[in-house]
Amino acid sequence: MAQHHIVSWKLYLGILLVLCVLTVATVGVAGHDFGALNTPIALAIAVAKATLVVLFFMHVKYSPRLTTLVLSAGFVFLLLLIVFTGSDYISRNWPITPAG
Amino acid sequence: MSEAHGGPLAHHFHDLDQQREAASLGMWIFIAQEILFFGGLFGVYTIYRNLYYEAFAAGSHHLSWKLGCYNTLVLIGSSFTMAMAVYSAAVGRKRAIVGYILATILLGAVFLGVKYVEYHEKIAPCFGDGPHTGCLVPGARFDAGALQLDGARAREAQIYFSLYFAMTGLHALHMIIGVPILLWVAKNAAAGLYTPAWHTPVELVGLYWHFVDIVWIFLFPLLYLIGHH
Amino acid sequence: MNSGEQDARKTMSSQAPLTLPKRHYLNADYGVRSWLLTTDHKRIAVLYLVSVTAMFFLGGAYAVIIRLNLLEPTGSLVTAETYNKLFTAHGVLMVFFFMIPAIPAVLGNFLLPLMLGARDLAFPRINLLSWYVYVVGAAFTMYAVVAGGLDTGWTFYTPYSTAFSNTNVIAAGVGIFITGFSSILTGLNFIVTIHTMRAPGLTWFRLPLFVWAHYATSLIQILGTPVVAITILLVAMERAFHFGFFDPARGGDPILFQHLFWFYSHPAVYIMILPAMGVISELVTCFSRKKVFGYGFIAISSLAIAGLSFMVWAHHMFVTGLSVYAAMIFSALSFLVAIPSAIKVFNWVATLYRGSISWQTPMLYAFGFIGLFTIGGLTGLFLATLGLDVHVTDTYFIVAHFHYIMVGGTIMGYLGGLHYWWPKITGRLYPEWWARVSAVVVFIGFNLTFFPQFILGYLGMPRRYHVYPPEFQVLNVMSSAGASILGVGYLIPMVYLAWSMRYGKVAPSNPFQSTGLEWRTTSPPPTENFAETPIIDEEVYDYASPPKEARSV
Repeated sequence: MAQHHIVSWKLYLGILLVLCVLTVATVGVAGHDFGALNTPIALAIAVAKATLVVLFFMHVKYSPRLTTLVLSAGFVFLLLLIVFTGSDYISRNWPITPAG
Repeated sequence: MSEAHGGPLAHHFHDLDQQREAASLGMWIFIAQEILFFGGLFGVYTIYRNLYYEAFAAGSHHLSWKLGCYNTLVLIGSSFTMAMAVYSAAVGRKRAIVGYILATILLGAVFLGVKYVEYHEKIAPCFGDGPHTGCLVPGARFDAGALQLDGARAREAQIYFSLYFAMTGLHALHMIIGVPILLWVAKNAAAGLYTPAWHTPVELVGLYWHFVDIVWIFLFPLLYLIGHH
Repeated sequence: MNSGEQDARKTMSSQAPLTLPKRHYLNADYGVRSWLLTTDHKRIAVLYLVSVTAMFFLGGAYAVIIRLNLLEPTGSLVTAETYNKLFTAHGVLMVFFFMIPAIPAVLGNFLLPLMLGARDLAFPRINLLSWYVYVVGAAFTMYAVVAGGLDTGWTFYTPYSTAFSNTNVIAAGVGIFITGFSSILTGLNFIVTIHTMRAPGLTWFRLPLFVWAHYATSLIQILGTPVVAITILLVAMERAFHFGFFDPARGGDPILFQHLFWFYSHPAVYIMILPAMGVISELVTCFSRKKVFGYGFIAISSLAIAGLSFMVWAHHMFVTGLSVYAAMIFSALSFLVAIPSAIKVFNWVATLYRGSISWQTPMLYAFGFIGLFTIGGLTGLFLATLGLDVHVTDTYFIVAHFHYIMVGGTIMGYLGGLHYWWPKITGRLYPEWWARVSAVVVFIGFNLTFFPQFILGYLGMPRRYHVYPPEFQVLNVMSSAGASILGVGYLIPMVYLAWSMRYGKVAPSNPFQSTGLEWRTTSPPPTENFAETPIIDEEVYDYASPPKEARSV
């Protein structure tokens, strides 16, 4: 249980600094053109920041696996919404071969 | 643990461990549903950003990335102070809990203040008579010229700003709701209600606040940094 | 007095009439405040029972007017505009205010702590809050319905709902938005309770299938409802501020609304059916005196249904201009989601096989469910088939399909469960003969109402139209006649159930000799449910062993 594990305040400070660095990186990376990788890189940095907040500030690293499961379920089903909906938009104009 | 009146153990739980486990799981489930709640907006964003990239980039350029970056750092700072509040509760430092919660509220207020400034410059031009230059509220008075867009792109940019207001507005609303809850927890902390053995309310409100921070961590690049190269 | 002593009294002198336990949750406290401020899950269940029943009959009243209008092809009873408001009100009230909450908030709330050996749900005050949220949401929605009505259909399709309808879209939307939180809070409460408050020895695979069903339902409530909540907000924002997410004139896509709407609303139909399936599992096993066949399969199939239900929503959108490739994927997944449901039906039937079947009222409803749900479910496969769906979409075939599942399925499950646990909830037995009669009346009335609609739909009669070609009149008249019989079938229980609360025979703690923890306490239970926390050391549905007396552990 998170209850029995007290995270050191120094770790919190360290995480804070890393998050600040990553925030600056977010802006810095946005100024460069990585072509098709632009969005994935921006999202990857955001995911990294979110992961640090989740694991350390929210104590998920020290929480039961059920907590990770619940959180993951939220993201997985959101992903489902976006991916399946997106599949419609991406493929709406794909050619449909006529019966030959 | 004592079941006497005023003790933290509720009558339907066997012990504090069970109560803590239940409260924590309940809060996490609430957060999971919040992911889906905000997620619907992120879904709408994903679809329209892919359909209308140029208009989205034009809209995004119009936002102040510096204010956005500043606000991001402020909110991350408030997450740090919130985590320190929980830490203080875990080690039994009553006054530190209150101090860190107040710091969290203060940083949140700074964030909301910046938000107000950003909103004001986009909304204020929409009132009154006249050309409404710089009005960025979608609708009849939207000033596409400010973005150097017209025709279809202008319409698409309105969708960008609709999402901007909807997403940041919903986020800000969650912060506003969080403030009185934080105050209530601070009040309880000052009254000595939280001990190293039981400080679950501080943890739970912390989870809420961190979640709100995470939403912003995604909003910042997605709204402020589109096509900045 | 615990139920052990009560049953001992019964054995000792079978001539002495049973009396209600001296102290139970209904007489624990008196007065309006003790009800409106209760945190006892059993009282909250009763509050919900009253509310959902009221909404059911209100929604049913709209159905009566619809069926009256459809007696004649010219539909001269009401105007087209009014008709739109009628079917919208019927749909909104029934879906959001009856079908989704009924079994979970009434039976689930009452039984879950009892079945788990717990004193209450994990969050009793949130439980009460969920009822108040429901009532506020209902008030908002009824205001919208009464002050001019809503004519968009319960599906709120854009851009009609956002840009063209002149009715109370925002008010109704707000009402439904609010009510959604009632659903979320209930689901949250159930999941936490099931995870953290099971009695000692009650492992996951010793849980009654009713609990598994409600666990799966709660998953859907938590993951799906927020999406429709934000979607309703977007509709309201679009309507109020002209945002343009779903309006083609402003660059939006109406189909995106449908994606978001059905992402919730398809899983929502599983919120409506899964609890009923949980009830049927309980009824079938008890009234065949046999452990349910394939317990593990039924338990896991509930989770599978919950998961898969989120992957099939676009089968409501096959004719919208959806990508053909996406449509094919959704069609295939829709076939897949039928499998766990079919597994349940096979297992129930296998339970009946060589069981010792008794024909009490709950079992009559269970049989009705199995037959009618199967028909409704199989017609769902027709609809998952792309080619056929194009032909029957937006016709009465669809209407018949979902009413077979929701009414022939869920409502029969609800009534079966209500009768089965009535003695536990009220301490009184319902009059068996009247109950059996009304179950049969419901079954006959239901089929007469909705089977003709399959034919009508196949022949091409569109849904949501207040007029129809004259050649369809005979079938429509049959359907309306059936509806009046069905209505009678629903009214009779209202009368005898109410009657039984005062004049019904006092019930023993275990009138049907069932296994399960809820039967090991008095009827009605005391506020704290059990004198001592039960300890479980036997498997679930152990009908092979002699019935357990209530224990004072």
